[in-house]
Formats: sequence, C-alpha cells, structure tokens
Amino acid sequence: MTTLFTILFDGVAYGMLLFVLACGLAVTLGLMNFVNLAHGAFAMAGGYICAVLVNNQGWPFFSALPLAFVVSALIGVALERTLYRHLYTRSHLDQVLFTIGLTFMSVAAVDYIMGSSRIFIKLPAALEGQFDLFGVGIGRYRLMIIVICGLLTVALQLILSKTRFGSRLRAAVDDPRAAGGLGINVPKVFAFTFAFGCGLAGLGGALSAEILGLDPYFPLKFMIYFLIVVTVGGSSSITGPFLASLLLGIGDVAGKYYVPKMGPFVIYTIMIVILIWRPNGLFGRAAAR
Amino acid sequence: MTAVSDVSSHAIARARWRPAEIAFWILALSCAFLFPSRYLIMTDILRLALFTLSLDLILGYAGIVSLGHAAFFGVGAYSAGLLALHGIINEPVIALVVAGLIAMALGFLTSFLVIRGVDLTRLMVTLGIALLLEALAERFSNITGGTDGLQGIEMQPILGVFAFDMFGKTGFFYSLIVLFLLFLLARRIVNSPFGLSLRAIKNNPLRASAIGVPVNRRLIAIYTVAAFYAGIAGALFTQTTALASLDVFAFERSADLMLVLVIGGTGYLYGGLIGAVVFKMLQELFQTITPQYWLFWIGLVLVVMVLVGRERIHRWVLWGPNLVIRQIFGRKAGVAVPESDAP
Amino acid sequence: MTIALETRGLEKSFGGLRVTRDLSLKVEQGARHALIGPNGAGKTTVINLLTGVLKPNAGQILLEGNDITDLAVHKRVLRGLSRTFQINQLYADLTPLETVGLAVSERLGRGGDWWRRMGTRGDVNQEIAETLGRFHLLDVMNERTATLPYGKQRLLEIAVAIATRPRVLLLDEPAAGVPESERHDILAAVAALPRDVTVLLIEHDMDLVFSFADRISVLVNGAMLVEGPPDEVARDPQVKAVYLGEAADA
Repeated sequence: MTTLFTILFDGVAYGMLLFVLACGLAVTLGLMNFVNLAHGAFAMAGGYICAVLVNNQGWPFFSALPLAFVVSALIGVALERTLYRHLYTRSHLDQVLFTIGLTFMSVAAVDYIMGSSRIFIKLPAALEGQFDLFGVGIGRYRLMIIVICGLLTVALQLILSKTRFGSRLRAAVDDPRAAGGLGINVPKVFAFTFAFGCGLAGLGGALSAEILGLDPYFPLKFMIYFLIVVTVGGSSSITGPFLASLLLGIGDVAGKYYVPKMGPFVIYTIMIVILIWRPNGLFGRAAAR
Repeated sequence: MTAVSDVSSHAIARARWRPAEIAFWILALSCAFLFPSRYLIMTDILRLALFTLSLDLILGYAGIVSLGHAAFFGVGAYSAGLLALHGIINEPVIALVVAGLIAMALGFLTSFLVIRGVDLTRLMVTLGIALLLEALAERFSNITGGTDGLQGIEMQPILGVFAFDMFGKTGFFYSLIVLFLLFLLARRIVNSPFGLSLRAIKNNPLRASAIGVPVNRRLIAIYTVAAFYAGIAGALFTQTTALASLDVFAFERSADLMLVLVIGGTGYLYGGLIGAVVFKMLQELFQTITPQYWLFWIGLVLVVMVLVGRERIHRWVLWGPNLVIRQIFGRKAGVAVPESDAP
Repeated sequence: MTIALETRGLEKSFGGLRVTRDLSLKVEQGARHALIGPNGAGKTTVINLLTGVLKPNAGQILLEGNDITDLAVHKRVLRGLSRTFQINQLYADLTPLETVGLAVSERLGRGGDWWRRMGTRGDVNQEIAETLGRFHLLDVMNERTATLPYGKQRLLEIAVAIATRPRVLLLDEPAAGVPESERHDILAAVAALPRDVTVLLIEHDMDLVFSFADRISVLVNGAMLVEGPPDEVARDPQVKAVYLGEAADA
C-alpha cells in the first residue's frame, strides 16, 4: 500500500514537471495552430543555463531557477520575432521540417559546447534524501517540484481566468480570426505567450535535470512526451494538458515499477487506446483544425 | 466523336514517358560503369532513394506527414535479417518480398490510427509507433541481438545464381533492379484514377468526399503500399550490408528521410531519387569537415530550406536544366517541376 | 408526389448555441426548391447537415425515403445526393478534365483502380466528354483550373456535381461573385439542369430565386419561418419584415 502511494507521489511529481515543460507548447498550438517540435530545445537551454550557473559560477540553486526561466524566455522571444513568425501561415510540413532542423542544430551545438555526457546540477543539501510521512517515503526534491509546479499551475489558471490578458488569450485560442476582429493584437499576444511558454519550458528543464536526466539529446528523447501531452490533452484549455501530464507521469512511473521490462510500452499502449477511443484527444475539441 | 479521343489523349498524356525521364534512368545505369570503385556508396543511395520514394507516396501524394517512417524500414530490415539468419527463406528475392509484406501488414494495421485525427495526432502516432518498435527490439534482444544487432547474417546467391561480392557489384545491380521495378509500379499507381483521387484528397479532403471519394479507404491503401516500399528498402539494407541493428528504427532516420524528400521535391516521384543523391553528397562533404556534428548541418539545411522556401530553391536549381530542355525540345513539356505543396 | 429529400426535426447546436432548430423540410421529386434566409440564418449549417459534414444532435434526414442521417459524406454522394460549393473549393492544380474525371471514375466504381492509367476506359472517357461538352468546358479541359476565368470555374463547379449523377442536387449560391458578363452562362446552366434532378437552391440573390424556384422555404435563426410558392412567400408580411429589417441594418 505504501509503495502505491510512493508511486503516486513520484508520478504526480513527474507529471507536474511534464506539464510545466509542455504547457507552453499547448498554448502556441492552440493559438497559432503551430507545430513546434523544437519546444524541448528551450527546456534543454534552461537546464544547461541552470547547470552552468550553479556548478561553474557557484550560484545558489534557487536563484539560478528564475534566470533559467528568463534566459529561455529571451531566447524564445528572439527566435519568435526573427524566425518563427514567418512560418505561421505555412503548411504543417514546413513547420515540422523547420522545427526539427532547429532541434538538430540545438542538439549538435550543445554537444559541441558542453559535451555529450549527462550532466547533473549540484543541489542544496536540504533537497537531498527523503523523509517518512505515515510510512510513505517522500523525496524532498520531488516534493519541491510538486510545490513549485503546483503553485505555477494555480497561478497560470488564475491568470487565464481572472486577468484581462487571460481572457484575451482564451478568446484568441478559441478563434484567432474572431479575436483579431475584436481588436486583440494576436501576434503580440502570441509573441508574449510564446516567450512565456519557452520560459516555463526552461524552468522545467532546470528542474528536470535531476529526474529526467539532462544531455544534448533531451529535446529528441522527450519530443514524444510533449506530443502526447498536447494531443491527449487538447489545446483548448490548460486543464486538458494538465490532466494528460498527470496521467502520463503516473502511468510511466507505475509502468516502470510494476512491469519494468515492459516499461515504455505502458505509455504507448495508453496513448493508442486513448486515440482509438477519442481521436481528437481526451479533452480535445471535436472540431479538428 | 472527337471530344472523347481528346479526353483520352489528354488523360493519358500525363503518364507518358518524357525524354528527361529516360535520360535519368540511362544515367543511373551508366553510373555502374562510370564509377566501378564506388558500388557501396551507390547502393546506399539506391536504398535511400527507394525508402524516400515510399515517403513520397504518402507525403507527396496523400499529404500524410510522418515522423516515424523508419518503423517500416526497420521491420523490413529485421525481417530480412531473421529470415536469412535462421535459414527460413534463403533465396534473397523471395525473402525481400516476404519482408516487404510483413512491413505492409504492419502498415495496414497502424494505418487505422494514422488516418484518424489531425496532423498533430499523425505526428505523434507515427513517431510513437517507431519508438515502440525500437523499444520492442531492445526488449527482445534475444531475438534481435539488442544494441549489437543481428550478427552473422550470410546471404545466399540471388535466384541461386548471383552471389553477393565484397565490392558490392551484385548488391548494386540487385538494388537498381528492385528500385526500377518498384518505381515503375509507383509510377503506374500515381498516374491511375487511384493516384488522381490521392492528389484530390491531399488538396482538399472534404471536397474529395463530396465528389464521392472514400477518403479513409484511399489513405489506408496508400499508407499500406508505402509501408511495403519502406519494408523492401529496409530488407535491401540488411541483404546488401548483412547488418540489422536498433538504429534502423531511429528518429534521425525518419527525419533524414524527410530532408531527403524535400531536397528532391515532393509529389513527382523523382524527388526521392534526386534527393538521395544530393543528400549522400552533402553527407560526404560535411563529414569530411566535422564528422561528429553532422546533425548540426542537417538541421541547418532544413532551416534554410524552409526559410528560403522549398519551391523557390527548386525553381533556382531547375532554371538551368529547364533552359537546356527548352532549347532542345522547344516547349515546356519536359520541364520537371515538383508539384507545389498545398497548405 | 414523392418526396426526394426530407428532414425531420433536425437540431444542431455548437456549444450552447442552437443554430438549427427543429427543422422539417420536404423537397418534392423534380422540384426547384429554394432555401433562403438572411445572413446568419444557418443556411450553411443546413447544407453541412444534409451532406454529412456535420452530424445533427437530433432529427433525421431521408433521401428518397431512406434514412441517411448516419451515412458518411461520400456514401451520400453515391446514393445520389450531391452539392456545389459556394466559395471556390475547386482543385486549383487539377485540370477540368481531371476534376470531372475524378467524379465520373468514382461514380462508376473505377476510382480505386491503381493498375490502370487514366484515360484508358472508353465508358469513363465518354462520360467525361459529355459532361465537359454540356458545360462548355471542352476547349479548356487541359488547363489548370486556377487559370480559368471565374465564370468557367463556376461552370466546372456545377459540372463536377452533375458528373456524380445526382438525383438531388444542392446548389450553394451558384452565381455568387460571378461578373455580370459571365452571369448569363451560369443562369443558363442552372436553368438547363435535367428536370429529373431535384434541385435545392441555397441562395441570397432574390432575382435568381424568384426566376428559378417553384417553391421557397425561408430560414430565420435556424428555424423555418415560412414555406410556400414564390408569390405567397413574396407577399408574406413576416418575410418582408425579416428582409426589410436586414436592409435597415445594412
């Protein structure tokens, strides 16, 4: 019974991490119908920035995290303004080719600068080890992830539902053309959202170095996970991707624990079953665009 | 009635062999005699060309974007390897066809997942299937040899007569013949009413169904055929190199494949063949500069091609040849222009 | 009189919005029936429901007495229900020959032939030539559709629909956007449609409606307002109010 709770706990931590990593992708997809397979590259950027700051410059872990967010967001907005914006009206094939190209370049570039082996970020002692709560082993680091990602999720939900920007964003995701007609500056909203999504991915990348492992191939390895989150979760709200991330996280952890030899298959099987059942995703809109 | 004969001749005209096409194949054959020391790399190009032809059938003609076409290549490769290794089918041609059919069966089964949903779902499903197969091959390493791959494959002579030689001469002619035959079949398919309906579906699926085209059935059919082609390409890989390892399923292979196709141009069948030649030459060039960062250059080529515009690049490249063709034949008939990709 | 196309209590909502409300419509065999209504009345939704692009939340659609509510789009076409499109949805890169050929091949069940080159079946060629001839498209049959004058494209639109040999044809604003000089050809083509084809015309242009239709249904806010012969509908005070109201808004 306690192992069940441990798995659930680890799964939730993993799932929340996936959500922070992928939610930017869901929004860019919903807003511009843009397929950004290079999303993982921004996460990797955040992870490496954090690693360099903490390991080489001696920054404290918690002050490096915001910077991972900011720098990733800046890279995001720079690329959005210079390159991405030319591709919104292009075919999905062009978008796929372009973003795969960017991913490959980032992989090779990081490999060139940082080397190909997995890197670790030095953690403060307070985050290491685990403690017992009613007999359930709680990893301190994972607990921190749940707290940070949980707060982020709540904040995102509040921004989307309570603020003026949030209502504009939701209107624009719902129907970009109509939103343009309502006087919402869709490109501006999009650029901001894109940068924010990249920032979140960067933060997620920094947080995930400990759990998912960080090496130059990160964007390729986790591409399928991001795709699963957005296709299963749909892109009409952030609730869908959030639930999909949790499902994916718990499914993956449980699969690896109970059927270690068939680990990856659990995820793919869930994915296929869901798709047969609901081709447009669990929480997706019926209208396919 | 003259209108009927007009209709017939115009309709058939599309499928007529053009001088440039005949020249292309003569050139391909003459390479065998021009570069006798380079059979291995030329065989490599032929395999890649066949694999890309397969992607062109679904992407260029039916508009299905796939991130995991290596799945069928890999299944074909392992099937051919296992058939030879365990002496189940010793004759290479029969083994080739059987390996293709196994990939085809997988293509048929997975097509039902692929045709559902939107582009994004297709990306995920195609990528997922390739990853799943890669994981399976790794898991059942007692059968597949795991990361070491299949060891000790020995190929019997083709048709019991033509033995594979170490210079790769037999392998080259074998691959060339297989490619040419499958090319003929693909050419027939895309110029048939079935091929016409695929072009219609790619342009506008809703409109196609409003004309009475059973869209899903056609997509399933072409996806299955493309899987067969990819399976044959994979089997050729195993048969001509006596190798099959996990990287046949790798994502990079599927991504490279898309690059090869867009270099050559989609939707006119020759794109895959031309792209394969250019890609291998690029690979040779870049690998002599920085062998370990090949991935960077692929990425750069992809990014530049998309930003400049694939059609524009093809126009530039074709400007010279078309000029020559127009000088000789005096009209636009033989001009090779890849069909544009409708958004 | 037999009923060619009928809907019973058709309902469709998007989110909370009811765009089609309890729509019951009967189109008689061989009729020239027009469905009119102001902008936003839900005419496009009705077409999408009839052709199977959208599935209704409730209600039935019957083609010659058979329930086709759950039939896929292409199967309805093979059963004899075709449509034309309002905005240009023709295949820009195909020629008129290929476009009509596609429809003819599918109707004759030859569309899946993968081993045969196009243009090698006499029956298919014959029918393509007839259809192209009837719509004055023989001279441009081998040109890219995108390069044709707009009027020719509209003719091709009708030609493709006719090539599927429909028994019921939905004409969605056939003359919309056609320049005055080419308009006559379209109207002539519409008027010359075979009498055994039942036509449901969805139209905005009142001149066309009143010159063509022998029966008119008026759709307002997704529901049927009035139905009757043209002179009756023209006199109806409710219809006048709707159209005058719209004119006042514009």
